[in-house]
Amino acid sequence: MEFLQQLVNGLALGSIYALIAIGYTMVYGIVQLINFAHGDIYMIGAFVGFFAVVKYGLPFLPTLLLAMLVCSVLGVIIEKIAYRPLRNSPRITALITAIGVSLFLENVVRWRLGPDPRPFPELFSVKVFSLGGVQVSNVQLLIFGVALVLIVILQFIIYRTRIGKAMRAVSQDQDAARLMGINVDRTISVTFAIGSALAAAAGILVGIAYPRIDPYMGILPGLKAFVAAVLGGIGIIPGAMLGGLVMGVAELMVVGFWSSDYRDAIAFAILIIILLIKPTGILGKNQSEKV
Amino acid sequence: MADTNQVNQMQIANVENYPRGLRWVILVGVLLLYLGILGLKESGSLNPYHIQILCLICINIVLVVSLNLINGFTGQFSLGHAGFMAVGAYVSAFLTRNVINQLTFSGAEWLVTLEKAGLFLLVILAGALVAAFLGVLVGLPTLRLRGDYLAIATLGLGEIIRILLINLDVVGGARGYAVPKLTNFSWAFWLMVIAVLLMVNFINSTHGRACISVREDEIAAEAMGINTTRYKVMAFTLGAFFAGLSGALFAHLFVYISPQIFGFLRSIDILVMVVLGGLGSITGSITAAIFITVVMEMLRQLVELRVIIFAVILILVMLVRPQGLLGNREITDLFRRKQRGDPDEPAQHQKAV
Repeated sequence: MEFLQQLVNGLALGSIYALIAIGYTMVYGIVQLINFAHGDIYMIGAFVGFFAVVKYGLPFLPTLLLAMLVCSVLGVIIEKIAYRPLRNSPRITALITAIGVSLFLENVVRWRLGPDPRPFPELFSVKVFSLGGVQVSNVQLLIFGVALVLIVILQFIIYRTRIGKAMRAVSQDQDAARLMGINVDRTISVTFAIGSALAAAAGILVGIAYPRIDPYMGILPGLKAFVAAVLGGIGIIPGAMLGGLVMGVAELMVVGFWSSDYRDAIAFAILIIILLIKPTGILGKNQSEKV
Repeated sequence: MADTNQVNQMQIANVENYPRGLRWVILVGVLLLYLGILGLKESGSLNPYHIQILCLICINIVLVVSLNLINGFTGQFSLGHAGFMAVGAYVSAFLTRNVINQLTFSGAEWLVTLEKAGLFLLVILAGALVAAFLGVLVGLPTLRLRGDYLAIATLGLGEIIRILLINLDVVGGARGYAVPKLTNFSWAFWLMVIAVLLMVNFINSTHGRACISVREDEIAAEAMGINTTRYKVMAFTLGAFFAGLSGALFAHLFVYISPQIFGFLRSIDILVMVVLGGLGSITGSITAAIFITVVMEMLRQLVELRVIIFAVILILVMLVRPQGLLGNREITDLFRRKQRGDPDEPAQHQKAV
């Protein structure tokens, strides 16, 4: 019973990780960049939601859409200013820039809003249903629902639209895609926009489920989501979902059966193990290096 | 990318190209600097706070140069330097409290001072060695990873060390750990000088050249018969050793350590200094360590703004001058005899991953 309970809680947390991890994996798949600032976009999503609810009293759905919109614009701006000029530089240069962007976002928010955690306003009164001894709250159901809907929309965009086709083409071969008349810059912008919107949704969901938000809330979930993306196979969207769910469940199993002190360590332990055993991730295929 | 991979003339400049006396000039300069600071301290121009900052500068120089050895010279991107620093700090602090402080000394005063100094040195070395051992232990498996994977793995390692320390009650856990004050300016200064000398000599040795070749082109280096894993682990271990050493000095300087001090942000601080000074320039590392340590102290009141300024510097440097302020030039290049071609024009080298 305890196991099932932790499984349900873990899947809820994992859905949030999955939403963040998809953004990581999409960006990595298309420009081979670990977008360190992705976790901070998630944090900003949560703060946009916070102000939308507290200042303007918006209900859930408009809040969610507003945060997704703001963050996708932010994601596109970051890409334009910080990453685009470095697209042909070594990856390490871009990675350092991404770390800089991440520090910048965290500390601008901290500077303007203060370092103290804020309580996220209650959008729903929490109801708990009992299903054969396993407690499921309406917030958890909401997380599952929103994550599912967003992932279905994402799949539709990627496999059924022109821009999705362009994204897949650019991630396969940027130069060939450009020769085929695809606007690579625009495609990359759209990728950042979609990834950031998903992170914003995750931020709102976290705000509702664990109602404390602060400027540094994005660091650990960001890193864990990255681990999730690597675990599933970086660049592979279903991999990111799978990885996110596995991470969430693993984390809560550690909390449930061992000690909550080590909940953050498990992510990195998983990372190091997966990198040693199968660096391409669960769903990844081996690629030989071309000289 | 063939042109970006050309081996930099500067880096493989032969030692014989330098004037013979340069080494002595530098040593005398270092000695004069030391005596000058001591003199200022005795005359009261420098208060204990200034001395503390000077010690911190020395510690940061060791940290930055050692990270540059891994990130700049060997081209392996490590983000977990604070973790090794933490190991050195905690191991040495534990030993000081449980060994040195339990001993009773007897005999002449100078003898006791000498014994204590010797023990302190042993404690520092113990901290550094444990950090180095950990470096080998993690380096062997993780250095098979490339580029950003290694960055994340080392970042994860640093976080794991921090979390383990929080849960280790023997050393105070999250409450922190009080350490006797043993580091003074002489310790910090001379250990810094020795550490930098050792690392410069390493870089100019066969092994160091092998490390640079790994950075320039790993596949070509391997084809030339260089055991790339061996040299990567070697650089990583050496970097970890000196990070542990500076951690030990750090702990005994600030008399209090806690796991939070050695978090991800500390690794980033060190990285900023390396990047700003130039990946692959010892002179750059030293300059950046001095400059940033001083600026950080001056901006201490502005907690967030300080980091914002740092972040902006980091982004701007990467956008405008990705090789860092000094690239991979050294101050000693100024004294180098002219070679064929135009050695004053540094090749815009960057590792192509």
